[in-house]
This record gives sequence, structure tokens and C-alpha cells, in this order.
Amino acid sequence: MSERSVTHSTFVIERVYPTVPERVFAAFSDPRKKRRWFAEGEGFAIEAFTMDFRIGGREQACFRLPDGRPCRNDTVYQHILPGRHIVIAYTMTLGDQCISSSQASFEFVLANNGTNLIFTEQAAFFEGADGPQMREAGWRKLLEQLAEEMAR
Amino acid sequence: MLSHRVHVDRVFHALGDPTRRAIIEKLSQGPLSVSSLAKPLDITLAAVLQHLQVLEKSGLVHTEKAGRVRVCRMETRGLTVVERWIDDRRSLWERRLDRLGHLLDEPDDN
Repeated sequence: MSERSVTHSTFVIERVYPTVPERVFAAFSDPRKKRRWFAEGEGFAIEAFTMDFRIGGREQACFRLPDGRPCRNDTVYQHILPGRHIVIAYTMTLGDQCISSSQASFEFVLANNGTNLIFTEQAAFFEGADGPQMREAGWRKLLEQLAEEMAR
Repeated sequence: MLSHRVHVDRVFHALGDPTRRAIIEKLSQGPLSVSSLAKPLDITLAAVLQHLQVLEKSGLVHTEKAGRVRVCRMETRGLTVVERWIDDRRSLWERRLDRLGHLLDEPDDN
């Protein structure tokens, strides 16, 4: 096979929350709070949500999609600096197929009126094992344009 | 109507080939006949037609006969499918961070 089967994408999402970084950070470190914004609200049945918030600790969220397929998020906490940043690595699994592997950072930056949360995800997307082969050149450009569009 | 899933597969497959991407890049500047597509790409007419078939099936290119010439032009349907696929992934996090905002708007209960 000379074709590539992984596509990479990096994107950044920023949000400003009108509260101090410590309080935003607490919504990540407290499992009860984390579950509320991270796992609930998508309309999926949550079959499990466990987290061990420390460097090297794991988090797993298991969902059941409306079509009956299981969907799973497996996370490892790579680095934590309280009130400043959290870096994770995670995979997403749909049915029995891993569909992406990502490194993601949350940075909590003190801003004038609160906290600027900067989320950066660097992802490798896999399609089905016999799925599409993706090449980077035109593709990367498309993703960059898209990221700019979304960032507006 | 193709299922979204099948359509995504087709578009990614279509975009996975450098010659097909070169065709799309050329057509993004304006419609061209099959022969004027083949010339700069240095491939046979038959090969171009084969690639065009893949591109047409995935909704990236539209071709039609104008007299004795087949004219090709970009179609946005295929690209929209790809955009949506990526958008769906990304907006999961956007929705999450919006929910985080709502949660932070509430007073702490402990």
C-alpha cells in the first residue's frame, strides 16, 4: 500500500469564562463537574464515567449512541499544572473500531474579565481499516481553511 | 441518495489520489474540457476519464457534454460532506466547552 491511511488535524478553540482560572480548573479536576459538561448533554446514554485525575491517571467515558453502537473515550492525563494547564492523550472508539487518537491541551490563562481557556487538539484520524486513503497536501490546506473559518 | 457514511468514504477515497487532487486544483480555477485537463497532467484521456468518474461519483466534479466536448467543473457537494464530517468532530468539543460555560455560570454548591 503506497496510500496513506491517517489524516492529521490541529485545531484550537478558545473560550473566555467570566471567572477565575482556579474555578475553571476545578470543573476539570472534580469528576462530578467534569462529567456534567464533558459527558452529559449529548443525548447519549452514559454507561460509565470514571476518572483518576493525576498525571498518568486514566479516564474512561462509555456511551451508547442512539443507533445502539457503543462509543468510548479513553484518556490518559499526560501533564497537569493546577490552575494552569492540563494535557491529555485520548482515543475515540466507535463500535469496535478506534477512529482517532489525539493529544489535547487545555490552558487556563488569566484574562482581564476572567479566564481564557485555550483548547488545542492535535489529532490523527483513522477511517475504517479498509477505508479511505488520505493524502496530505490538498487536504491539509482544506483543513487549515476550515479551521480559519471555524475560528471566526 | 447515498448514505452520509458511504458518501464520506467516497470523498475521502477520491481525495486520496494525487492525480485526482491535481484535477480538482485545476478545476477550482474554472471549468475545463477533458482534453485540456489531460494535457498538463501528462496522462492519457482514458486515465483522466477514469479519475473523473471517481470524482463525479463522490460529488466533487460535474461533467457534461457540450457538443463534441466534455466539460468538467467543480461541484461543492463533495467538499461540503468533508467539511461536515470534520465540523461534527470539532463541534463536539465546542458543545462541551459551551456546557462548561453554563456550569461555571451556576454558583458553586459546595
